Amino acid sequence: MYKNEKIFQFFANLILALLTICCVAPFLLMISASFSSESALSVYGYTFWPKEFDLSAYKYLFSSTGALLKAYSVSIGVTVVGTVLNLIMTILMSYPLSRKDLPGRNIFAFYLFFTMLFNGGLIPSYIMWTRNFHIQNTIWALLIPNLLLNAYNVIMMRTYFTSSIPMEIIEAAKIDGAREGTILVKCVLPMAKPIIATVALLVGLGYWNDWMNGLYYLSDDSLYSIQVLLTKIMRNIDMIKQTSASGVSVMAQIPSTSVRMAIAFLGVLPILIAYPFFQKFLVKGITVGAVKG
Amino acid sequence: MKSKMRKIRRYWPLYLMMLPACIYIFINNYVPLPGVSLAFRQYNFQKGIYGSPFIGLKNFKFLFASKDAWIIMRNTIGYNLIFIVLGTVCAIAVAILLCEIRSKISKKIYQTCILIPYLVSMVIISYLVFAFLSEGNGYINTQILAKLGMNKISWYNEPKYWPVILVIVNLWKNIGYNSIMYYAMIIAIDKTYYEAARVDGAGRWQQILHITLPAIKPTIVILTLMSVGRIMYSDFGLFYQIPMNSGTLLDVTNTIDTYVYRGLMQTNNIGMSAAAGVYQSVVGFILVITANLIVKKVDPESALF
Repeated sequence: MYKNEKIFQFFANLILALLTICCVAPFLLMISASFSSESALSVYGYTFWPKEFDLSAYKYLFSSTGALLKAYSVSIGVTVVGTVLNLIMTILMSYPLSRKDLPGRNIFAFYLFFTMLFNGGLIPSYIMWTRNFHIQNTIWALLIPNLLLNAYNVIMMRTYFTSSIPMEIIEAAKIDGAREGTILVKCVLPMAKPIIATVALLVGLGYWNDWMNGLYYLSDDSLYSIQVLLTKIMRNIDMIKQTSASGVSVMAQIPSTSVRMAIAFLGVLPILIAYPFFQKFLVKGITVGAVKG
Repeated sequence: MKSKMRKIRRYWPLYLMMLPACIYIFINNYVPLPGVSLAFRQYNFQKGIYGSPFIGLKNFKFLFASKDAWIIMRNTIGYNLIFIVLGTVCAIAVAILLCEIRSKISKKIYQTCILIPYLVSMVIISYLVFAFLSEGNGYINTQILAKLGMNKISWYNEPKYWPVILVIVNLWKNIGYNSIMYYAMIIAIDKTYYEAARVDGAGRWQQILHITLPAIKPTIVILTLMSVGRIMYSDFGLFYQIPMNSGTLLDVTNTIDTYVYRGLMQTNNIGMSAAAGVYQSVVGFILVITANLIVKKVDPESALF
């Protein structure tokens, strides 16, 4: 085709391969550190291959009845429950919004949409959740604020319903005497599996990766999810640095470098394992969102 | 009127379906809204927002008299501008390269790997960055600088490096997402344009310049406008987690969002941080509306409303 096609392919591949390495390499550094002995880490520093292979970080994490397994179960529980609740509400909100015959549907759409344009910010929300709902140090803190419904997802799902589910099917079901609930469950949802999977994935990722709610509302470590645990460990380290003289007693509670890196690795591991299975839906979510919000 | 009521009654199951989400939105998004009046009050913890006395614009006066106001504005807007420009350019370049790759397997590997950073939370990324930048045993200090015979750098205490570090981290996290988005758009371009161009003897560079870029131009314009509409909002995780909340770096890492958070949780300066929050919401609102008006002019189909 082109005279210089081979050269071009070589350079295009080279650039993308370098980018790929940049995207993956930091994770290798983390994994390698988690399998290194603590002494090797302090003598040689972080390396891409463990200088002294050592499993003590993992032995410690899995033997101690401690924080890790608990944090794992909190993360899993919150992600599963939150995703299910969010999905139910998203479906129930977006389906009526997609029905062109619904009186007042524009009012509801605006009601939803306005939240994307203007919000009161952190402080009024924080004061409401803590003073009126008292969610600090309860599991609700990880589940409810901000994460339970996302206006973008509702709009994405509504767009899918309007564009991919023919009104005739709904009309036909109505003539046959089907109730609205039956129409949704029996006719609409089976046709909407791809978008449901996509939204479920985005919501699930949001819950698994969330640390902000924990940072704002939790100080009781029995409720920490993995991400919150990691955040709080880092904050303790900062605190020691800033008050280095009096840090000795806090120091004892800080996990060693390899243990910290092991926790971080375990925090991304479920995502990395599941990624090949959900990649298709993720790409769909990205491209659908791009075309129209 | 009567028939309208009857119609609404006929649809009650649909309204019922929307009820849970509407209640949640009401509580999560609408109930806190009057709380923005806190910016005009002297916050009294015992009395709550609505019991605190009004003090007019004092909070704003104090905020804008402090040097923090200038720093957080400059950082929020400045970083966002860099992120928008660099992010868009790099994402499009990667997307175009991806489209040109012949080997299906390598293409799949690239696509898979560059999305991984997008899947990971900012906390985890702060651990990754720490592995590189830690003063005592970080990769850069021990493996690179030491081998070059250079002195260790105390990264978390040197503000001058952080604009670059933050830009790299942001680019690294988001390049996969953005380039996959542009990639989808580019492969949707009608192939016959390229064939015609090739028949006319156009080279690859000319095809990119005269077919690919014009075809995705409306999307670029719209996405850029939408990002400009959100220029007052910064990625809290990026500016809070990655610099490890380091005080010496605040000059180059403090944004409106981190300032509001610190005012609330650490420095107990609720009045000023509420003022900053309201300022952010109001200016942000005006910018989004303006951006949308412009988008509507450019391409009515893509406008948000």
